[in-house]
Formats: sequence, structure tokens, C-alpha cells
Amino acid sequence: MSSKLDDRYRLRKRPVSEKLVDVGFKNLAISLASIVALILLAILVVVFRGGLPAMVRYGWQFLITSNWNPVDDEYGAGAAIYGTLVTSLLSLLIAVPLGVGTAILITENIIPQKIRNLIGLMVELLAAIPSVVLGLWAIFVMEPFIRPGLEILYNYFGWFPLFGSPPMGPGTLPAVLILVVMILPIITAITRDSLKQVPDKLIQAAYGVGTTRWGAIMNVTLPAAISGIVGGVMLALGRAMGETMAVTMIIGNSNNFSFSLLAPGNTISAMLANQFGEADGSQVSSLMYAAFILILMTLAVNILAQWIVKQLSLKY
Amino acid sequence: MENNNSPRFASTPIDLNYKPTIVRNIGNRLMTGLAALFSLVAVLPLILVLGYVLVKGASKISISLFTQLPPPPGLNGGGIGNAIAGTLVVTLIAALFAIPVGVGGGIYLAEYSRSGWFARFVRFGTNVLSGVPSIIAGVFIYGTLVTTRILFGNSYSAVAGGLALSILMIPTVIKTTDEGLKLVPDDLRRGALGVGASRFSTITQITLPAAFTPIATGVVLAIARAAGETAPLIFTALFSSYWANLFSVDGLFSSIATLSVLIYNFSIMPLEVQNELAWAASFILVVLILSLNLFARWLGRFASR
Repeated sequence: MSSKLDDRYRLRKRPVSEKLVDVGFKNLAISLASIVALILLAILVVVFRGGLPAMVRYGWQFLITSNWNPVDDEYGAGAAIYGTLVTSLLSLLIAVPLGVGTAILITENIIPQKIRNLIGLMVELLAAIPSVVLGLWAIFVMEPFIRPGLEILYNYFGWFPLFGSPPMGPGTLPAVLILVVMILPIITAITRDSLKQVPDKLIQAAYGVGTTRWGAIMNVTLPAAISGIVGGVMLALGRAMGETMAVTMIIGNSNNFSFSLLAPGNTISAMLANQFGEADGSQVSSLMYAAFILILMTLAVNILAQWIVKQLSLKY
Repeated sequence: MENNNSPRFASTPIDLNYKPTIVRNIGNRLMTGLAALFSLVAVLPLILVLGYVLVKGASKISISLFTQLPPPPGLNGGGIGNAIAGTLVVTLIAALFAIPVGVGGGIYLAEYSRSGWFARFVRFGTNVLSGVPSIIAGVFIYGTLVTTRILFGNSYSAVAGGLALSILMIPTVIKTTDEGLKLVPDDLRRGALGVGASRFSTITQITLPAAFTPIATGVVLAIARAAGETAPLIFTALFSSYWANLFSVDGLFSSIATLSVLIYNFSIMPLEVQNELAWAASFILVVLILSLNLFARWLGRFASR
């Protein structure tokens, strides 16, 4: 009888095979996790090394000159860098009020819950539409539709450098508008999430001392949620800088530098999408240089976003 | 205490009724109207784009659209069958690579090392990678796989395109796996380890099944996003006017047509027939992606029930 008990209650040792599986699985997970780090480093190294000949050859001049001439092997990404900054910043300027306004409407108790959910769902589905479809729509529907408006802009404000050329179809301003459509869902979604996280107590206290709904929104809810909102706006800025297809299809891809928003322009990503396939020699290298600048710009914006969120987050 | 001197507590009664004409109430209504207007403007593009794509695209739907090849310039008819098949193949390749890597990385972050320096580095890397523009993924794959012809001497290929897409999917899958596993109560882990399960069987039989829905939701969303991406494919998968030979290895290692690249190529052609095919392709792509998105939402709601 005692031998039976021994058998039943003796501590069973884990077999070697099981230990091997356990350790193997852990190492597998570690190596899969390090693939992310590897991909990131590899992207930086490959693009940097690809662009190195152009960096050596053109140096900083590349950033401020804008002649792009494959025949003479003269390259400068000034127009594209300017275009990237202008389109992303302008689209942000339009999308932030729209996005924050929408987020406020769907978090505050102004209209019935069902309609709010519907608006939220629609904005989220907007984010799911592929950018190439938005580009197609922009070419064939949006641009012909807004052309008369752009012509009025040119006729009455043509003296102003930003509107100083006649609209001829594709241009920077249509690209800005389609970028607004693309980054609006990000801003709305992140703003809504951060507004929802503001404790009810804060808002109730504001109502308690006699403020109105918008008094509470402006002075309590928005300041309390500002870290998340600014973080979302920065993420949207990074997205706008890197957005490729819709912009490529509607911006006109001209490397001639122009202040006018109505003239065709270029962005770094549009330049890459347009020329990479057919490029060779020092053109590839110049495009890689431009790609490296784009990576640095989006990287800086994304890291800045994380830093700002940390700095601004209120402790309440 | 007599407070009659103080104007604040004057004996005249204060009117407590809502006064619609005072400045702050007018401002309140103005702001509400402004927010409503902004929401309307924000929703408008979706209605316009969806409406246009669905109406214009649905009229082009026919059997030949799915079974025929795009016509040569100048000819009528034809379909986009090769592009539909190509999108499915390239997305499948991307998923086959991204799901194991993403789920494995997420398991490491959530189960093995929640706060070590390497885990923090991987998390940071995931955030950075999700911010990398999609065109850069294409440039990277072009520089590593296409120009070097490292894939058995082939340059543009379905596999190269799939790998470029997987770079965009991996961060999403890692994040959702990490978050999903963190939501699993620690009691379940302790319980499993307490009855003598190994780390491996705890993860594969307890925590992963418990976190299945959030992970599946994230994976479906990542696939939906990858299916619509164009920028990483233009110079990795390129385009092809023919059927890909999917039952041979050669087919996977040669250039392949996809819906998104077809829309891009055909939209900038000054040809009516090609433009119409681009709209039809948009219809199919949008329906595919929106249904994947709605499926992911349904999965999420299914889980919370």
C-alpha cells in the first residue's frame, strides 16, 4: 500500500523534452520580437547607404535647391521638402478644428447617443478607405468640382503669392484637401478617446460652480485632455508627411518650386512613388537621400509626439 | 449677522429662469452649431466617396470583370480578374509572414518581459515602425530584395510585395497581441502555473485562447489595411497584365497585378475604358475592406458579450 501512495504522490519531474519545448518557445518569442528591431535598423541602414553617394555629392545643397534633372545628373529636393511641409501643415490647420469639433460633438451629451455612434462609426470607416481610392475620387470628382472655386481664388487674390498662378487641374491645394480627409479620422479618434478619459468629477465640478456647457468644455475638458489631443495631432502630422498615393495622384508632381498653392507641386513621398520604378544610377541615390530625409522628419515628429504627451499630461 | 448692506445678498430675488438672450447662452448655442457643422463636414467625404464608388462601380459589375484580363489600350471590354487574385495572394503572403512575427513578438512583450530594457526597446521600435511612411517600406524592400535579386534571381515579385506589406502589418499585430494578453487576468496564469503547467503550455493553452478575440480583431484590421495599400507595391510587386501562375513557385516570384496598383495605373491613363475599370476595382476593394472592418467590429462586440 505504501508503494502505491509513493507512486501517486511522488513529485513528477518535468521531462527533458518538455523543458526543451519551454526554452525553445521562449527563444522563439525573443527572436520574433527582435525581428521588429532588426527591420527598423535595416530600414535606416539600407536607406542611408543607398543615399550616401548623393549625400556626399550634393551635401546640404540638396535640401534647398530644387532642380531635378536626370539628364544632367543635377538633383535637389527643395521643392519636394517644401511641398511636404506645406501640405502637411496646411492640412493639419484645417483638420484639427474639424476633428476636435467632431470629437466634442460625439462625446458630449448634445445629440442622441444613436446619432453620435453613427457619426463615430462613419469617421472610423473613412479611415478604412484606401488612399488610392481617395486619390481616384480626387482626380475625377473633387478636383473638377472645386476648380471654379480655385479660379475665383486666383482672380480675386492672385496678387497674393500663395494664390499667384492659375489653377490647371492637379495642384497643391487639392492635395491639401484630400490630406484633410485622410488625417481627420486619426485626430477625431484620438481626441475622442482622450476626452472620454477626463474624469466626470472635473466636469461636474465645473457645472457646479455655474458654468455653461461650452464653458466647461473650453476651460476644463479640453485643457485636461490636451496631452492626448496634441499627441494625436502630431501622429496625424507624421501620417500627413508620409501619405503617398492620394497626394501623388492629385498634386501634379512638378519639381518647379512655386509659392502658389494653385500650381502643381511635389512631396517627397510623391516623388518616390513617381520616379523610383524608372530611376537608375545617381537618381536612385538621390531618391534614397530624399527618402532618408522623410524618415528623419517623420521620426522626429513621432518622437516629439511621445515627448509632448509625457510633458503635457496633467496629474489630477 | 446682518448682511443687508452687502449687495450680493440683496433682498431682491434673483431670476433663476434660463435667459436665451444673454451673451453666454448665445455663445453656447453658436458653439454647439459650429461643432455640428464641423461633424457634418467631417462625415461628408465618406458619404460622397462611398456613394460615388458604390454607384459608379456597381454598374460595372459583371461576370467578365472577375474572369477576364484587363484589355490592351484602345480595346473595350475585359476585366480585372488577375488583379483580384493578385491582391488576395499578396495579402495572404503578407499575413503569413506578419502574423507569426507579430503574435510572437507580442507574446514576448506581454508574457516574458513586461519591463526589461529589451522589451522597452521593442515597444519603442514598434511605435516608430508604425509611424514609418508606407512608401518607405517599399523603398526598403526595393533596396534589399528587388535590386539585389536575392530571391533566387528574381527582381519584382509577389513575395517582395507581400513582405513590404508585412512590414506595415507587424506593428499593428504586435500591439494588439501585447494589449490583448495584458487584459488576461494574472489569476489565470498563476492558476495554470500552480497546477504544474509549463510556461509554454500556460501561454498556448490558457492565455492565448483567452486573448483570442482581441488578437483576431487586430489581425483582421491589419489585413484590411494591407489589402488597400498601394505605395509599398508600386515598385516591389509592380504590375502584370497576365494571370499569375499561382500553382508554381515561379508565379510567386514574378511580378503580379494587384487591385490597388491597378487603380493607380489605370487612373492616370487618359483612356475611358481603363478609368472605368479603375472605378470597378475601387468598388471591389472598398467592399472587401469595409466588410473586413465590419467583421473586425463584430468580432470585438462578440468578445465583449
